[in-house]
Amino acid sequence: MASPLQPIEKLRIGIPGFDSIADGGLPQGRMTLVAGSAGSGKTIFAAQFLATGIIEQGQAGVFVTFEETPAEVRKNLISLGWPIQEWEANNQWVFVDVSPQPGEDTVIIGDYDLGALLARIEHAIKKVGASRLAMDTISAIFAQFQDTRIIRRELHRIASALKQMGITAVMTAERIEEYGEIARYGVEEFVADNVIIIRNVLEEEKRRRTLEILKFRGTSHKKGEFPFTIAPGEGIVIIPLSAIELKQRSSNVRISSGNADMDQMCGGGFFRDAIILVSGATGTGKTLMTTEFIAGGTKNDERCLLFAYEESRDQLFRNATGWGIDYEKMEEEGKLRVVCTYPEVASLEDHLIRIKSEIESFQPNRVAIDSLSALERISTFKSYREFVLGITSFIKDRETAGLFTSTTPALLGGTSITEAHISTITDSIIILRYVEIFGEMRRGLTVLKMRGSSHDKGIREFVIDGQGMHIGKAFRNIAGILSGNIVHIESSINDNRLGGMFQED
Amino acid sequence: MQEKYVLRLYITGKTPRSEMAISMLRRICDEDFKGQYQLNVIDILEHPQLAEDEKILATPTLIKVLPQPLRRIIGDLSNREKVLFGLDLHPYPTQGDS
Repeated sequence: MASPLQPIEKLRIGIPGFDSIADGGLPQGRMTLVAGSAGSGKTIFAAQFLATGIIEQGQAGVFVTFEETPAEVRKNLISLGWPIQEWEANNQWVFVDVSPQPGEDTVIIGDYDLGALLARIEHAIKKVGASRLAMDTISAIFAQFQDTRIIRRELHRIASALKQMGITAVMTAERIEEYGEIARYGVEEFVADNVIIIRNVLEEEKRRRTLEILKFRGTSHKKGEFPFTIAPGEGIVIIPLSAIELKQRSSNVRISSGNADMDQMCGGGFFRDAIILVSGATGTGKTLMTTEFIAGGTKNDERCLLFAYEESRDQLFRNATGWGIDYEKMEEEGKLRVVCTYPEVASLEDHLIRIKSEIESFQPNRVAIDSLSALERISTFKSYREFVLGITSFIKDRETAGLFTSTTPALLGGTSITEAHISTITDSIIILRYVEIFGEMRRGLTVLKMRGSSHDKGIREFVIDGQGMHIGKAFRNIAGILSGNIVHIESSINDNRLGGMFQED
Repeated sequence: MQEKYVLRLYITGKTPRSEMAISMLRRICDEDFKGQYQLNVIDILEHPQLAEDEKILATPTLIKVLPQPLRRIIGDLSNREKVLFGLDLHPYPTQGDS
């Protein structure tokens, strides 16, 4: 009920992530068009707009359904956990059913208006004292009446009547192309003050859902497409990536990496809220570092959460046992939770939601993801980048220590996409490498980066045995380990070889 | 005698379209079905629940309840021939009996 002289107020609508990309919510008392192709999630958006109003703010809502019958809507939305029937009984939700009536002939003779629809909408609003209204989808009414001019005029009338009543409304419309006209009949957007576009784009054989606020008349919003997912029991969850703020505090408290040698290399351990990236080829010891990181945490009564995308639960537990670490006992004591998932079972957005909800429910002090790069293969470049940024900033926000592993594609040297994405937002980077010395594969590691602290700059050799990782001395007389182009420095080769020969004899 | 034709006309207030539809319909009925029809005019602004029950969307809407089948005509009924055709109604021939 804002008068034209007041700035437009926003209504927090409660769809996760939406209010932050909308700079506070939907413009209050106005009509917003939500346009999307078939299967993009329009009906869910419309219904969720009402559901969150009921659940979070006790605001009643009216659902005007043009396409599906109320029975179908109730049934389709039950999987999202919304008890619509119950809400109807409590006068919190009311349907206005405008779905086509089967088996009934309708003839149009002369001029007409949608006065009956408006009267029914007003009646429904009064009946429950609604402050939110959703219309889904108005494209159906264009198909039914054909005369676009009349429908446009009538939708205008409905929109202005709703505005006078101070109703915040959402109206969905169909689109034919993902990047083209805003809506099918070319007039829908003129009825609304605000336009939101939801997309379901096929990109490299993968579906990617995004939501874009195209315009908010007279008020601000974030620009561009934001990925979202439709989570069971939750509905639309938007991932507001560029809305992430760099506001993390920084801790000086050190925690143990779980390995005394490593702690020493890092100048006394990792920081309590650091993001640590461990990068290396397959078999270099990334999972071992993860395991020690977890053991180091549980030893100090910290809660640890491990997401594993490469190995099964059994394999992980057996590996840990091989290094003298008992995961089973840790789980029994409630200090550890292991989540094993195969990357292909869900989309990247769903994985992100899952990780977030696991973190929220377990409240860990440490989070490890082994490996983050396994998720690369189920995503496109763009969504992977968004995912990595999203997960990193989420963990940083909670002031939790995070250790991610990343597998480099080449056995010797090389970098991975993961490194390129998060190297700037990680606090520490540890690189594990194979080092070939005279026909033998050894392992080396270095602390490449340790934000806020001095650290050992050497590339040190390490060995793995039944007690875990043992870091030894720096490699000498060898160059090019990190790049994978190992060069032995001539003069000392002879010394070494001679020394070796004498020993052998 | 009993009405052979039962018609319901839904309107929203006294708009020119409503007036037009009412007068057109009365004229057609009086000319062709005098004494054989029952016409109810329902103002949706006064009885919105009735519109909800009948799922009326546009106004004016004419519903032919009897004889079967149920028929709906939307609009101001400004074309007499089309109305008769649309309602599928044929005045009984005067000389005929059953």
